[in-house]
Amino acid sequence: MKIGIPKEVHPEERRVAAVPGTVVKLKKLGFDVLIESGAGIAAKFTDEAYEEVGATIVSDVKSIWSDSDIVMKVRAPEKHPKLKKNEIELLKEGGTLISLIWPAQNQELLEKLAERKASVFAMDAIPRISRAQSMDVLSSMANVAGYRAMVEASNHFGRFFTGQITAAGKIPPAHVLVIGAGVAGLSAIGTAQNMGAVVRSFDTRPEVKEQVESMGAKFLMLDFEEDGTGEGGYAKVMSKEFIEAEMALFMEQAKEVDIIVTTALIPGKKAPILITKEMVKNMKEGSVVIDLAAEQGGNCEATKPGEVTTFEGVTVVGLTDLPSRLPTQSSQLYSTNLLELIKLLGGAENYNVNMEDEIIRGTIVLHEGEITWPPPKPKVVAAPPKPEPAKEPEAAPAVEPAAPSKASLLSDKRLWMVAGVLLLGGLGSVASPSFLSHFTVFVIACFVGWLVIWNVTPSLHTPLMSVTNAISGIIVIGGMLHIAGENSWLAAIAILIATINVVGGFLVTQRMLKMFHK
Amino acid sequence: MPSGVITIAYIIASAFFILSLGGLSAQESARRGNQYGIIGMAIAIGATMFHPDVGSYVWLIFLMLVGGGIGAFVASKVVMTAMPQLVAMLHSFVGLAAVLVGIASHLAPNPMQGAELIIHEIEIVLGVFIGGVTFTGSIVAFGKLQGVIRSAPLMYPMRHKLNAGMIGACVILSGLFLGGSPGTSLTSLLLITLISFVLGVLLVMAIGGADMPVVVSMLNSYSGWAAAAAGFMLSNDLLIVTGALVGSSGAILSYIMCRAMNRSFISVIAGGFGVEEGTVVASSSGETGTVTQVFADDTAEMLSMARSVIIIPGYGMAVAQAQHIVRDLVENLRKQDVEVRFAIHPVAGRLPGHMNVLLAEANLPYDIVLEMEEINEDFPNTDVVLVIGANDIVNPCALDDPSSPIYGMPVLETWKASTTIVMKRSMAAGYSGIDNPLYYKDNTRMLFGDARESLNAIVGSLS
Repeated sequence: MKIGIPKEVHPEERRVAAVPGTVVKLKKLGFDVLIESGAGIAAKFTDEAYEEVGATIVSDVKSIWSDSDIVMKVRAPEKHPKLKKNEIELLKEGGTLISLIWPAQNQELLEKLAERKASVFAMDAIPRISRAQSMDVLSSMANVAGYRAMVEASNHFGRFFTGQITAAGKIPPAHVLVIGAGVAGLSAIGTAQNMGAVVRSFDTRPEVKEQVESMGAKFLMLDFEEDGTGEGGYAKVMSKEFIEAEMALFMEQAKEVDIIVTTALIPGKKAPILITKEMVKNMKEGSVVIDLAAEQGGNCEATKPGEVTTFEGVTVVGLTDLPSRLPTQSSQLYSTNLLELIKLLGGAENYNVNMEDEIIRGTIVLHEGEITWPPPKPKVVAAPPKPEPAKEPEAAPAVEPAAPSKASLLSDKRLWMVAGVLLLGGLGSVASPSFLSHFTVFVIACFVGWLVIWNVTPSLHTPLMSVTNAISGIIVIGGMLHIAGENSWLAAIAILIATINVVGGFLVTQRMLKMFHK
Repeated sequence: MPSGVITIAYIIASAFFILSLGGLSAQESARRGNQYGIIGMAIAIGATMFHPDVGSYVWLIFLMLVGGGIGAFVASKVVMTAMPQLVAMLHSFVGLAAVLVGIASHLAPNPMQGAELIIHEIEIVLGVFIGGVTFTGSIVAFGKLQGVIRSAPLMYPMRHKLNAGMIGACVILSGLFLGGSPGTSLTSLLLITLISFVLGVLLVMAIGGADMPVVVSMLNSYSGWAAAAAGFMLSNDLLIVTGALVGSSGAILSYIMCRAMNRSFISVIAGGFGVEEGTVVASSSGETGTVTQVFADDTAEMLSMARSVIIIPGYGMAVAQAQHIVRDLVENLRKQDVEVRFAIHPVAGRLPGHMNVLLAEANLPYDIVLEMEEINEDFPNTDVVLVIGANDIVNPCALDDPSSPIYGMPVLETWKASTTIVMKRSMAAGYSGIDNPLYYKDNTRMLFGDARESLNAIVGSLS
């Protein structure tokens, strides 16, 4: 089977769907790889580099589309500027296309592709489940975007990010606010943190607090009870009161921070406005807003998608091609995501579109010309809601054991209690006073043992066991009491082995305990 | 010495035993606890020396010196990894001693009659029976831990019915024992002994190696009950108190273990809880996939790049005697400012607290050794988890596969960390014989080989 990698035609798109590293692996999976001449140039991969690993360089655009069984691209097909033709028309009839598609927004594109009887995998539709993580393009691109966002911010910001005390005076650190702690937000936080900035972050989903803190940033809390966790690891739309409280927080923060990065997206909807023009006005001169949601309209009112503008002395970056601005890195990640999907599809020899597979089912939007989008709802959410703060001591096993039927009969407590009382009553009526006094001692001792042991820390279980073992060697006394009687040999053996137990048990405990130290 | 003084001495000894168990509840007081135990035992034995029934002192002291000598020798020679076997073996001694004391007690002349006699005889039967089960059960446990006996659970048809039948036979024999002439009494008592021996073997044979922590603490409990029964037959309160203390402490310990493994306590006490009948122990989910292999130098690099590392030791570490090299690894990483902690599953190893003892032996400070509940929430913030020879305690099946035999058992959720490195000899299944989907996860790397050799290589490439 042949895989074709055409050059991207979208203006300013520098990424490429295969890098020499993944070409090697595609060949190992049994594919022939065709690369359009110059496809990787913008991402710093030369034709020679591809040729070296065994790819075929094709200079004719039409033939690369028509010769390939599978075409892998970054952007969805669009009008080819040189051929004055849509790329869809170049696709072989019944061929397969793997790229970003955005099927929800591009119904028309789907229909056109359907006319070509194509099979299409939308990389943006990879289900966000853990097994699919290695193919999750949105995550890998968000990671790059978050990193690049900080680089852009630093580029437009007139100061250091890190605080320093130098001979020429003190430099305060830059203060960064990251709104939305998804993959892009976390990546931005990490990058800003590494550059020395003081970072704080806000998210409507309380469970990301730990992740934010693990990156070294401060998590801003709203004094408000509402969980914003939605489906597929995204956030959901919040209540009006919540949004008001949130806006008040942002207004306050806008006055303090130097850089705001917004990453708030709600799937299938226009990005929510979080930073109003009023807030931007309140920011210090020279501050920077990076709007990672610009493509969906932007989180900032002052954002102009695709542009860098200045509003009231604040630079507002609405670039929509951040991943493409780190083309080498993005291409590497994107092509690896593609490779993993190809592996899942079985490689060249066992190529099989298994519609039962959750990942394949979620990703395929056209199957041999039939529209298969949207897929049936997935069952698993990417980030399951956190169970509980789990501070209560009894929080451990939430699941009741599937008790075997035998045990359920045995564990009927009332039955046992009645039986116990009857037995004890019967015993009391026949037993001698001396036995009963022993029995009292016995029962009390059981309770003492019960109470004492509950407090033992698990790390001491082994020493505890060897000490109780030594103590149970007290049975030596039983032997001693019989040693002078008849059959003293029985008692003698009992004494002998019980003493082994006593001495051995205590000494070995002593040895063990000596090793514990703080 | 008047018997009142002996009784007082016994009370003091009991108090010391209680203090001893109480002392063992915390690291700081543990050593003192052990000393209390020794003092209590010394007082108890010393006082008994003056009991009117005790005689033939030369013979007695000779026996105690020999026994003590053997005990001291064994205690000083045993390696810490063999601790479970040692404890199991010592339990068997208590069991046997209880049997012998019981029989001796029966043979001794007895002035009792009526209900008192019957109760006394019942006590003897109970003591002998529990002692017998403890004796052979412990020997089998010892054999399994030592590797002399195959550790997989021995399954045979009608297991529970057979066991119940044997207990029934014992009840009938007890009837004969109570009512019979001296001759039949002795025969039936010996038969009861024999059956209890067989029962002990069968009960423990049916239990798999992975459940040994529970078995050992259960046998610990049984040995206590045997001592308590001996106390009843001898009308000796000290034996009763001590036996009850040990018995209930062992029972609670097994209960704690059971809870950690999410098993029913009743079915443990009844024995033969290795596997519920009817479930097939096999690679259940059928989930296979590809594993990603790494080598020691990659592992070293990942570890040194990490900010926080959690090490999960399992039985494999004990087998490979790798605790000392683990210490070297930890010191090395801590020097590089990597935060290293240990996560100990309650049933890691073959004895409750086994791992803690091994790590302590290797001189690792106990404040970086954490329990499962303390650390389970921290995995999402952890860069690298190093699993050394553990399997079932890190098996995600326990949480998400209801058909799995270990379903419901709390496990260490290592897969939530960024990367998990599993050190393992091969892809063979764990002690409970089930497959582990952890190995096929995207963020899991397998480092095959003997734990000690691999760790040596890691430390080598770190320094």
